[in-house]
Formats: sequence, structure tokens, C-alpha cells
Amino acid sequence: MTDTVQLCRDCLHIERMDANALGPRRCPSCHGSRLIRHPELMDLSIAHIDCDAFYASVEKRDDPSLADKPVIVGGGQRGVVSAACYVARIYGVRSAMPMFKALKACPDAVVIRPNMEKYSAVGRQIRALMLDATPLVEPLSIDEAFLDLSGTTRLHGRPPAATLAHLVKRIETEIGVSASIGLSYNKSLAKIASDLDKPRGFAVLGRADALSFLEEQPVGIIWGVGKSLRAKLEQDGLRTIRDLKKIDKFDLIARYGAMGKRLYHFARGEDDRGVQPDGETKSISAETTFNADLSDIQSLKEELWPLCEKVARRMKRQGFAGRSVHLKLKTADFKTVTRSRTLPDPTQFAEVLYRTAAPILEKTVEGRAFRLIGVGVADLTDPVLADPIDLADPDSGKRAKVERAIDAVRAKLGDGALKKGRGWH
Amino acid sequence: MKLTIERAALLRALNHVQSVVERRNTIPILANVLVEARDGMLSLNATDMDISIVERTPAEVGQPGSITAPAHTLYDIVRKLPDGAQVDLDATGGGDRLILSSGRSRFTLQTLPTEDFPVMAGGDMPHTFDLDAGALRTLIDRTRFAISTEETRYYLNGIYVHAVTEGTPALRAVATDGHRLARVEIELPEGAAGIPGVIVPRKTVAELRKLIEETDGTVTVTLSETKIRFAFDEAVLISKLIDGTFPDYERVIPTGNDKVLSVDRVSFAQAVDRVATIATEKLRAVKLSIDAGQLTLSASSQENGTAVEELPVSYDRDSIEIGFNARYLLDIADQIESSQAEFILADSASPTIVRDAEDPGALYVLMPMRV
Repeated sequence: MTDTVQLCRDCLHIERMDANALGPRRCPSCHGSRLIRHPELMDLSIAHIDCDAFYASVEKRDDPSLADKPVIVGGGQRGVVSAACYVARIYGVRSAMPMFKALKACPDAVVIRPNMEKYSAVGRQIRALMLDATPLVEPLSIDEAFLDLSGTTRLHGRPPAATLAHLVKRIETEIGVSASIGLSYNKSLAKIASDLDKPRGFAVLGRADALSFLEEQPVGIIWGVGKSLRAKLEQDGLRTIRDLKKIDKFDLIARYGAMGKRLYHFARGEDDRGVQPDGETKSISAETTFNADLSDIQSLKEELWPLCEKVARRMKRQGFAGRSVHLKLKTADFKTVTRSRTLPDPTQFAEVLYRTAAPILEKTVEGRAFRLIGVGVADLTDPVLADPIDLADPDSGKRAKVERAIDAVRAKLGDGALKKGRGWH
Repeated sequence: MKLTIERAALLRALNHVQSVVERRNTIPILANVLVEARDGMLSLNATDMDISIVERTPAEVGQPGSITAPAHTLYDIVRKLPDGAQVDLDATGGGDRLILSSGRSRFTLQTLPTEDFPVMAGGDMPHTFDLDAGALRTLIDRTRFAISTEETRYYLNGIYVHAVTEGTPALRAVATDGHRLARVEIELPEGAAGIPGVIVPRKTVAELRKLIEETDGTVTVTLSETKIRFAFDEAVLISKLIDGTFPDYERVIPTGNDKVLSVDRVSFAQAVDRVATIATEKLRAVKLSIDAGQLTLSASSQENGTAVEELPVSYDRDSIEIGFNARYLLDIADQIESSQAEFILADSASPTIVRDAEDPGALYVLMPMRV
């Protein structure tokens, strides 16, 4: 007899049974049919929870007349789909699709402008429910998070799998949106699993089945492999994870830099990153991927400046100042290059970020072409210490005055009201 | 080469040159000191390729010649020899060995050929002036505490020396790390009016200061835009200069500050030190609350608690509250020799000037902290 465990997602009834048992797949306790069976169901405790078509679900919750209509949340600044409900998805609408294309596919769709404030409020409510299940919640975005439920069995009187089913039920009944669960033994597999059974899904990848499952999957399933990296991997003959496993670790690192190492381990289902609970903010950063690769320093600098402004804006809003500045570049062949520099005093200023990052950029380019640039600050401190007058830099006081004046105008008239000369191109 | 010298004289000379030798060296010859005997003199030369120190001292030369030997080992041996010992250095035995014998001790040291020892050429140095050793000590002592250790702004990693020819002519030394600035001047020596502004590296400052500790004579300074040479008694120090532009520091020295606080230097330093015990390790912020006739120093930290101390002062302007890093206050208080320190303030966010009430040559600028 092969043992397996069955969990009823409705009444949380758990039953050990023969994996080959025949008979009706019904919960013996409530006769429900939403059953999860997996031999390792009682042993796994790392989960990824992802709300289904989150923005669209919130809008449908708030306007019941939309229930059976295709709903697209999007438009806004960039004219792309932020979220499409499952009705709209039937017509082929996908998130990140340009709006005109989405409307061509689904002309009857109800388009709703995103209301981020509302979504983040709902996201916070969901997070509160997650924290009832475990303190180890690592939010990935406003509607998804990793949860580590190790050691919670005695607290809740039920195993992690049942706690998760209960949590998702609460999200549905108390908040009014549905979510999908991925349960496994590490973060990247949990993230893959949550996508397997959407919407209202519950998928399990155990130690015994994860590797054979991965073998057949396209490389794009790996977290961090986007469209262009996938295209490049395929061009190199690496279409599936099985292809990837044939390549030596150092070859992968030589070809794809830090990402190569990640590819090597993920292909083997290995991921030793722990679930980091939502502690203090440790760093603030912004990055952008170019439409076409850039190698010319001037163009790279033009991309850098708005990112510095973005990071500075977020520091000022969130009440932080950063002491170390990080520059990130990704080469056309996907190698990630990072450089950092510690400042004598913490800063909140875009101008200081730029004056620190630009010289590092100049030194790092070395004639290579890049597809991405990012800038960030870490070692965050209280802004009370930020940007003192620098006796060794007579113009620093004047630059500080300029930035504070720009901030004051923007606070009154909006972020677009005023641009520094550097921002025009 | 063969010579005999008294241990104290050898130790003194070795002590002066050996500290320029880096503890870890990738180039073996740079770990060695060049030992040269000629015309009744022993000459020792050590270098790290940026600084070269040569010191000469009388010795009984048996056979002229030269050799290089490990500087730190040689120094350690001589240091451990008994007081009053005679030391024989003998490299005449061949086999690349230097034999050091003294009393019943005998050491055989590995050597490297003299030809491999890098000689630092001074090159063409068009400017020369003489400086009293005491005045040079003042210039260094009053400024070196403010030298920056920040590597990215390498041009702050030294003392900026230049001539002021407008107004009262002066030779000026300036150092800053961005938080505090020290500016000290002495009367312009003859021949110094035309010198370029140069930045003397921190290590050179430290070596030079050690060399001139005991001398009372005149130091001859020779310099070009890239190198500087200090010569006195029987010692010569040649150093590269920092190739960079020192900031236009005059623009950060406030001119409009008008609130003058005068305080007893010793009791102020002691009070700052006491109050700062409470301040957090990292920030060391001390608050100065200045009212007519009274200064209240205070510090607080969430972990430790609070501290307050009052001092009588001379002050008759509007009350002001201003915070400083305690370490910076103590550093500056250390530089003041007379009994009174003067703080010249504008407001709680602007640079503050600190002066020695009796020394018009020294001026310090200190950035406040927000407290």
C-alpha cells in the first residue's frame, strides 16, 4: 500500500489513505470535492500565496454587476493591462499587454483605471490575515507573499497545508477575493506551484516529484527568467530545464553571470533562501530595462538620472536617508554587474546619488552594451543625519538648496512640474 | 662594508627610517633598508616608493661600502640589544650576508644587492625656503587631526600647504574631512611666496612629524608641483605629493558669524568628555544650549539615559541651541593652547568657527549636527 494524505479544502478534514484507492473522490466528512492529495502533504511548509487577477477581483467585489463581464484594469500612464479577470483571459487578454491589443481581442471588456490606494488597502488586509497564520511572511508585491509555516502545527492544531487552506478560505470570505496556493519545500518551487492550478488553486511540489516535474518545464518557469533571457537561452539551445541540467555550473556562470548560478541551482530544485519576514526596509532602488541595448555613456547617464530622482523621491517620502549607493548594470548577455560606494554622510538627494553613481558608471562601462541599469541606496538611516553642509565641497550647500526648492515646487504642483536640465533629452 | 657604531645612535636612525617600510611588501627590496658606510658616516635609507627617508649618523667605518638588509628585523635586533652596546656591521664576508655582532650576540642577515634598491629622485625642485622646526610642528599638529580618511576624495587625504600673498603674507596649512576644517598659518618664510599649493600625504605628515620631534634647528623645504623634500640636521625626507585639487576652502569659512561664546578651554573639554559618555557610540552628539553667561552641555541616548552639565561662559547674545560631534569638539579643544576657546556662531545649522583666544594664526570650522 502506498500512503498518501488527503486534505479537504472546504472542511479541512485530513485522511491518510492508500494512494491507489479507488472510489469517489469526495471528502468523507463534508462530501466536498475540493480535495488535495499528496504523499508529502504533511511535511511541506514553505508556501507562496498569490491572489487571482487581484486588481480585477477587487473591482468585481466592489461592483457585483461586473461579475460575469470581462474586466481589464489598466490604462494609466503606460497604456498596458495591469490585470485581466479570468473572463477577459478567455479572450486572450494577458497582463502587461498593450491596451489597444487587449481591446482588439476583447472589445466588450470593461476597462477600469487602476486605483492603487484601494488595492494596497486590500493588500494590507490580506497581509494581516497571513500574519495570523505565521509571523514569517515575505511579501513580494501587494497581492502575493511567501509564507514559512514551519513549526506552526501545534499553534494552530493543524498542519501547514490545512492552515493554508484555512487562510485562503478566510481571504475569500472576509476580504472577497480568491487566491492560489503553492506548497513546497523551498521558495522558488512554491512560487512555481502557485501558478500551476490558478485560479483558486492549491498545488503541491514534494521532494519526490519536484525534480521530475521540473525536467519537462520550459526554462521560462524559473523565477527571474523573463522574455528576453528566455529567448537568449533558447537561442543557446536551452529550452527546457532538462537542457539546462546538462550544462556545467561554471559554464552557466561564465555565460550568464550571477543568473547562471541561479539557473544551475533552480534547475535542480535547490533554493536555500529563507522566507524573510517583512522587517524594516533595508534598501531602496529603481531600475529600468532599455528598449535597445545601450553602450554609450551619455545615454546610460540619461537613463541613470531619472532613476536617481525616483530613489530620492522614495527616500524622502518614506523618511529614509541612505549611506551606501549601489549601481547595477546588466550586460546585453545577461551578466549582472554591481558596484557600490559608501558616502561620508547619508543622503536623500538625487543629485548626490547621481554624482556618486555616474563616475562609477563611467568606470564600469568599458565599451560593453547594457540592457538594464539600476541604482539603489542601502544602509538606511534617519534623515536627520542626511546631507550636512560639506566643508570639502563648497558647492554642496547650493546644490542642496536647489534640490530642496525643486522638492517644494513638486510638492505643490506635482512631480512633473519641474525638471532639472539633466532630465531633458 | 664594515662599521662599528654605538647602539643608541643606530637605534635612533633606524627608528626614523624603518616606519616608512610597509609591514607587508610584495616587492622584497622595499622591505629592506639601504645601509651605506662612507667618510666616517653611516647612512640609512628606506622607501615605500612614495616616501624616501635618508638619515646619516657618525660611525667608525672600517671598510666603505653598502648593502641592503631587512629593515624591521634589523630594527628589532638593535632594539633588543643592551643599552650602551657597540654594534658591528660586517658585509665583507661575501655570500650575500650581513653579520651583526654585539657583545656575545651574533646575527647573520639575508641581504639584497644595493643596485636593486630604488632611489627616489627628487627631480627638479625649483622652490626652496627655510622653516623653523617648531613652526613646522605647529603647522602639522594644528591641522593633521582634520585630515580625511575617505578614499574616494583622495585629495583630502593630506595637508594642503600654500602661500598667501594678499593681505598679510603667510604660509598656510589646511586640512578638512568635510565635517571640520583646520586652517593654520605662520609668517611667510623668505622664498616661499612663489610656491604652488601642494597636498602633503597623511603618511608623509606622520613620518615627518616623527623625524622633527627632537630637532630645534631649521628645516629646509624644497618642492616642485609633484614632490617635496624636507632636510634638517642629517636627515632628508623626500615625498611625492597628492596629485589633486584641494577644494576652494575659503568659501566654506563663514564670514557673517557674530555670536561669540568664550569658554575656559580645560573645563569645556572635560565637560564635553563627561557628557559624551552617555551619547550613542556611533553619533556622539552633544548639544550646546547657550544662554547669557551660561552654557549647558547635554547628551541623551535611548539605551543609556541623559547627561547635563553647566558651565559659566562669556556670552551676551540671543540664546542658541546647537549640536556637535563630541569627538570633533575634543579634537579642536586639544589644539587650543591658551586658556580660552572662542566659538563664533551664526545659527544651529551653519558652520561654526572656533579659535584660540590668543592665537590668531589658527582657525577651525566645525559643522553642527542636527540634535
